[in-house]
Amino acid sequence: MADIRSLHDAVRDLVHDGDTVALEGFTHLIPFAAAHEIIRQGVTGLTLARMTPDVVYDQLIGAGAARRLVFSWGGNPGVGSLHRFRDAVENGWPHPLELDEHSHAGMANRYVAGASKLPFAVLRGYRGSGLPARTDTISTVTCPFTGEELAAVAALNPDVTIVHAQQADRRGNVQLWGLTGVQKEAVLAAGRVLVTVEEIVEGALEPRPGSVVLPGWVIDAVALVPGGAHPSYAAGYSVRDNDFYQRWDAVSRDRDTFLRWLDENVRNVRKGS
Amino acid sequence: MSGTDDAARRGRDELMEVNAARALAGARSCFVGIGLPSTAANLARRTVNPDLVLVYESGTIGSRPTRLPLSIGDGELADTADAVVSVPEIFNYWLQGGRIDVGFLGAAQLDRFANINTTVVDRGPDRPEGRLPGAGGAPEIAANCGAVLIVLRHTRRNLVPALDFVTTVGHGAGPGDRAALGMRGAGPTAIITDLGVLRPDPDTAELVLSALHPGVTPEQAREATGWDLRVAPDLTTTQAPTDAELSALRALKAAGGKAS
Repeated sequence: MADIRSLHDAVRDLVHDGDTVALEGFTHLIPFAAAHEIIRQGVTGLTLARMTPDVVYDQLIGAGAARRLVFSWGGNPGVGSLHRFRDAVENGWPHPLELDEHSHAGMANRYVAGASKLPFAVLRGYRGSGLPARTDTISTVTCPFTGEELAAVAALNPDVTIVHAQQADRRGNVQLWGLTGVQKEAVLAAGRVLVTVEEIVEGALEPRPGSVVLPGWVIDAVALVPGGAHPSYAAGYSVRDNDFYQRWDAVSRDRDTFLRWLDENVRNVRKGS
Repeated sequence: MSGTDDAARRGRDELMEVNAARALAGARSCFVGIGLPSTAANLARRTVNPDLVLVYESGTIGSRPTRLPLSIGDGELADTADAVVSVPEIFNYWLQGGRIDVGFLGAAQLDRFANINTTVVDRGPDRPEGRLPGAGGAPEIAANCGAVLIVLRHTRRNLVPALDFVTTVGHGAGPGDRAALGMRGAGPTAIITDLGVLRPDPDTAELVLSALHPGVTPEQAREATGWDLRVAPDLTTTQAPTDAELSALRALKAAGGKAS
């Protein structure tokens, strides 16, 4: 059974310097509040994994929390570049960022292998691309039945996976719905799991079409953080704050502007305690 | 940029977007990238192909958004979809399973064989390489769909003699390369730009200028291409956008999200 914890205590106990951390969410249900708590607690040296390291990872990278990024697409969707990500990769600010770079199909399958407790996953992919030459987590395998050569990607097993969801019950069972991305796989691949939720319901969770239910016994901690996905969104509770994503371009372009934003909106804000 | 240049640029963008939408006539399903491909696919649903099944990598199948999504995960795409599936499912069962007719991609750099770079660009000896967003879904979209359409602005910066990095294979180094790499489908069949349309030569797979938008000259297209662009002997002119196409496009953009 998952413990219902404060966000502060859950992050303090579950996320350690040097961990591999996945904060997943495919546009929807992105755990921004948990990322901000990681920044506030000054966690460093993280390997950050995520298919689409968008604005939330721009903030973590710019704040100096990350040493390495495992990813498949790093941009501000529909807007443009992630300037803090680019500054770290191109200029080593605030410090250099190593990259382990994949395609979406490869990353999704790395989580599938991780959740399945297999050493690798197989896909028909990457052929002719320059990506395999840049990482040791892409290789090939020969099909024992047909002789076909296929791509193999190493399992991804984060030390900690953090996701945001709509609801949990008092026992820590969690339900999410809408775009559920790769969250189930990232949760089941992880050593430790923190879920922030919009709402803790009394009694049983109401079944919803297409929803994912994660039983409390695969989760370490649940923290009640209404609005914890903003500027991302939680279907049924909020809508995506597209204006924020567009404004982020100007905020993140300049190091000083970014640091001011970080102080005013993250570092000097007390939340979820 | 002057107001006149702005208007000219908007007009050329509209030629590109309308022609990109037309390229989806007859397709059953389209795996849609964000940006220009999403604009084109949503315009196609409002003009040439109302039944087109839009598939987004966020896991939505059969989305019918009333406005352009800013992101491939906007709630509108999920709320209006026939089905919403997980990301592993959309890539493994639907894309790798060979169930999508057309993949529609954008590109930062494109070479003469329609290979794509969206990873890094070389900015010269004294500067670090420029970081682009990365592969996303493109390598497997291009490898697994029945055909591939690409839309991008026609500049020497975008259409280059040699890619700085191969993220996504189009036709490799020529005919037979896709088959040798085990890829299904025809690969890129049309590159729609703001100047015209490039198509692969059936014998060499090299992109040739096959159509120009009204008012554009072959010299303009050649000048904006980073390699010695060949012009098809049967070069045609695309049909000017109809009033219905333009009003649908403008309404779509006015309804929210970002144009491209």
